[in-house]
Amino acid sequence: MSHLRDRILGDRVALFGLTVIAVTVLAALFAERLAPYPPDRQFFDGLTLEGAPLPPNGRFWLGTDLLGRDLLSRLIFGARTSLIIGIVANGAAVAIGALLGITAGYLRGWIGTAIMRFTDLMMAFPALLLAIALAAIFSPSLWIVALVIAMVNWVQIARVVYTETTSLAEREFIEAARAIGAGPFRILLQHVLPHLLPTLLVWATLGVATTVLLEATLSYLGVGVRPPTPSWGNIIFENQTYFATAPWLVFFPGVAILLLALSFNLVGDTLRDALDPTQRGREP
Amino acid sequence: MRTFLTTTALALSLLAAPAGAAEPTQGGEMIVTYKDDVSTLDPAIGYDWQNWSMIKSLFDGLMDYVPGTTELVPDLAESYELSEDGLTYTFKLRKGVKFHNGRELEAADIKYSIERAVRPETQSPGAGFFASIEGFEALTSGAAEELSGITTPDDYTVKITLSRPDATFLHVMAINFSFAVPREEVEKYGQDFGKNPVGTGAFRLAEWTLGQRLVFERNPDYYKEGRPRLDRIVFEVGQEPLVALLRLQRGEVDILGDGIPPAKFLEIMNDPEWRDNVVEGGQLHTGYLAMNVTMKPFDNVLVRRAVNHAINKDRIIRIINGRAVPANQPLPPAMPGHDPNYEGYAFDPEKAKQLMAEAGYADGVDTELYAMNTDPNPRIAQAIQQDLAAIGIRAELQVLAQANVIAAGGEKDAAPMIWSGGMAWIADFPDPSNFYGPILGCGGAVPGGWNWSWYCNEELDALAAEADAMVDPAKAEERIDLWRRIFLRIMDDAPWAPVFHEQRFTMKSDRLGGPDAIFVDPVHIPVHYDEVYIEDGQ
Amino acid sequence: MIGYIARRLGQAVFILIGISLVTYVLVYLIPADPVRQIAGRSATPETVESIRRQLGLDLPLWQQYLRYLGDLLQGDLGRSYIQKTEVATLIASRLPATLELMAGAILLELLIGLSAGIYAASRRGRPADRAIMVASFAAVSAPQFVVGILLLYVFAVQLGWFPIGGYGTLWHLVLPALTLGLLGGGWYARMMRSAMIEVLRQDYIVTARAKGAGRFRILFVHALRNAALPVVAMVGLDIGIFMSGAVVVESVYGWPGIGQLAWQAIQRVDIPIIVGVTIVAAVAIVLGNLLADLVAPFIDPRIKFRR
Repeated sequence: MSHLRDRILGDRVALFGLTVIAVTVLAALFAERLAPYPPDRQFFDGLTLEGAPLPPNGRFWLGTDLLGRDLLSRLIFGARTSLIIGIVANGAAVAIGALLGITAGYLRGWIGTAIMRFTDLMMAFPALLLAIALAAIFSPSLWIVALVIAMVNWVQIARVVYTETTSLAEREFIEAARAIGAGPFRILLQHVLPHLLPTLLVWATLGVATTVLLEATLSYLGVGVRPPTPSWGNIIFENQTYFATAPWLVFFPGVAILLLALSFNLVGDTLRDALDPTQRGREP
Repeated sequence: MRTFLTTTALALSLLAAPAGAAEPTQGGEMIVTYKDDVSTLDPAIGYDWQNWSMIKSLFDGLMDYVPGTTELVPDLAESYELSEDGLTYTFKLRKGVKFHNGRELEAADIKYSIERAVRPETQSPGAGFFASIEGFEALTSGAAEELSGITTPDDYTVKITLSRPDATFLHVMAINFSFAVPREEVEKYGQDFGKNPVGTGAFRLAEWTLGQRLVFERNPDYYKEGRPRLDRIVFEVGQEPLVALLRLQRGEVDILGDGIPPAKFLEIMNDPEWRDNVVEGGQLHTGYLAMNVTMKPFDNVLVRRAVNHAINKDRIIRIINGRAVPANQPLPPAMPGHDPNYEGYAFDPEKAKQLMAEAGYADGVDTELYAMNTDPNPRIAQAIQQDLAAIGIRAELQVLAQANVIAAGGEKDAAPMIWSGGMAWIADFPDPSNFYGPILGCGGAVPGGWNWSWYCNEELDALAAEADAMVDPAKAEERIDLWRRIFLRIMDDAPWAPVFHEQRFTMKSDRLGGPDAIFVDPVHIPVHYDEVYIEDGQ
Repeated sequence: MIGYIARRLGQAVFILIGISLVTYVLVYLIPADPVRQIAGRSATPETVESIRRQLGLDLPLWQQYLRYLGDLLQGDLGRSYIQKTEVATLIASRLPATLELMAGAILLELLIGLSAGIYAASRRGRPADRAIMVASFAAVSAPQFVVGILLLYVFAVQLGWFPIGGYGTLWHLVLPALTLGLLGGGWYARMMRSAMIEVLRQDYIVTARAKGAGRFRILFVHALRNAALPVVAMVGLDIGIFMSGAVVVESVYGWPGIGQLAWQAIQRVDIPIIVGVTIVAAVAIVLGNLLADLVAPFIDPRIKFRR
């Protein structure tokens, strides 16, 4: 793994990604201490007399939103929402996808066929529409939104894992293990899974980027996490009608989403380059 | 879903032509913009704020309102009579009124049109308005094919007999659901009649390109002399409110169908060049917080009063840039029966906390607040949430699509509190009874009903029935008085915390003429299409 | 080839039936009663029940679904509950706007993505390459609504070069198509770059170079044709995705496409529209993939129809 560490730390771009992720994680962990104000505190003097939000100033560093709340505090607490959803939803998607993909790829037979037919079906489903419909059906909370995203995102992972498992299952060392009488469960655990780990790790990292974006999109459409919990997406949703007069309300959370998704993508890509045996050794 | 009203005093301003204004001219074209396409123009089906007044310009009913007012006048009827027992109305029809297809209107058309609205196959959302007509149950249950209460002694006479006296009946004859449609056209188009409307109104539909535009053109056979004033109205749909505003400022658009976009509102109102293009008026709207009186903790009247004291209405109005006036009772100021002397519950968090303690909730209580998910409703709900938290009511927000909130409100134990914004009650016709039955009476406190506070006071229901049986015009004053008492009694029980009454702001281009009253007409949104005109020389 | 198409279309029918079933069950779970929405506030319980019967919503779920499926197989998508218009008519009325945006977006994606990808590949390892790669990552990491709102703010509100949303002329199309094109272009750039690098390394390029063919010819005649395969597959995917409506971009720009139709229908529980749009979108996804597979052999004769 030291090879991996060198790869990532030696790459300025990946290092940048790691830094952003680290900063976001710290913000999420220590939100209570870092945020200047409670995120849902509506300041009476946080709005002008006519009800317009305040631009960035000495008291509210990034200005206030349409309810007179401190935007900086909401962004810091919003990091928590994004990360929780990114990790939980994507973790669930990887778990479901891996489970189904391995099962289908290793067992084959009618179970495998059924699983893969179902995956084909889900591939043809308009994903965003499905997510919106699901989120609208179940009253959205943090966990429901995570679940909805997981239900949309597992499909691709299942396909990739399936393909890899099928090719692994035909490899010699698996045959050998089978020949010495190892049970299917043991083979899976000891021989197949370790070979899948790099793939899963890459997907788990890249997937966080997709998840963060999807959460923001759902929140932007008003079917994401429920207010007053701040999320970077719902900050934009709540304030977008004012973008012409108060662009900072869209700009700051927008940049936050972009940076976090970008960082996970950069780190994931470097991981893929480092871990994928077929790509190893290729020119820079 | 709405009808509006300002005070009758506006009638005077309309009758007296504004001094110095150009003479009303005939002809010309007006452009109105909307974001969404029009859903339907079938008078028995259309029930949203956008098609409501478009339908009024394509079709006519027996009764109508004097433009700019809520004063009832005969329309397709030339005159009407009420029998001694207050149960039978006899309408004499105007002669020579023609449908857009050239056929003359007859009494049978009126009977057909009302029966069509009641008949279950039509799926009209307005069927319930005709419940007082004799034979209503028989027709809705399928036991009869027609309404026995409507007869046509001759081609120009319609007799309508009621099963109970109904003081609001003439208003019902002026709502869109009762408008006259020609049977042969309805049968020709079937379910698509709403896309091919044929009526007797001032305009007829000339073109409808789905998702792009509708064109109304002047009905040359319209019975009212000198109306409509315009030759054509073009409705451009799919136009973002922000774009529409800029186009209006460039002189390309005359009326913003969706109103002034919220983000630009302050800018326009503070701009001396444009401030005068905005006409402000009241409307028959109340935004309220419904508290479910069958659920804890709102089964306790002290808690409900505490909530009324806890909400900072001025701050909420500030959040929506002052586009409303604070409310302290269900009836809006422009509605007959509103009590201007009633003081209501003042904003007083200390008193509210005291009431909470008295009710046994000194340590606070957890509950839920439902609201619709379109701006500004989630923001208003969060403001209410903070106000309630200050007196110990910790409300979790459920911000959902409109249909889901309505569904939750129609279930007895689902929603402890609902913020009505976005679905709020706007009167169908300017009469206080319309603010009672479905939303505060026992009749609405049923599964699937609209009485989201599930407040049912049988004593008040009896008083309401008594008021609506007072059909004698001489007793009108007394009747309104009774309604005033009913609504104040409701405020004692506090099933609602009324928050504000929305104001209307209509923005028009420089070249549009007409008295202010028609730009905030109580029954026509955004403007009275038959009455506006293009000012001379433009 | 005819047999292949027939087999693929056969699979598609099963996928579509499956999708209609899943969607139908999902929508059935929505805790809101569509009949109440139709019947309005003043409806009597009798009216409500009678409307429910007429729409067949009093039947058990499986009967409702079979009824729907029967109509669907005859090409009937039903009528909107709220607008009372044929769902097929409603979708058709949104089709021109959707197709226009789709065409504009795909064109820009290709233009931006391919040129950036080719350029990056030709400068492999140099600063320009790295910059393009980071930019392409930024593009695929940017939320559509933020890019949309910012483009709108800068180019329409501040500079006034383009209309502030809406639909009509080619000018209206530029910003929404650019939003989709910029973001989608990121994927194309990455794909094009790695495909190019792969191709450039292959022997025949070396041979061609040895024969003295110009750099331009190498890049465009040999490499582009081979690298185009994954690009075609991706365009096929994009057709499907854009057909389900670019909900977000449409709502930012007020573009009257299928996405807006679906979003409004979800808000109002207008079930026939929700199911109808999902099915039409799924048809587009399936057909888009099929189209890409059919075009592939013409680009690269070595490829035979699979399966």
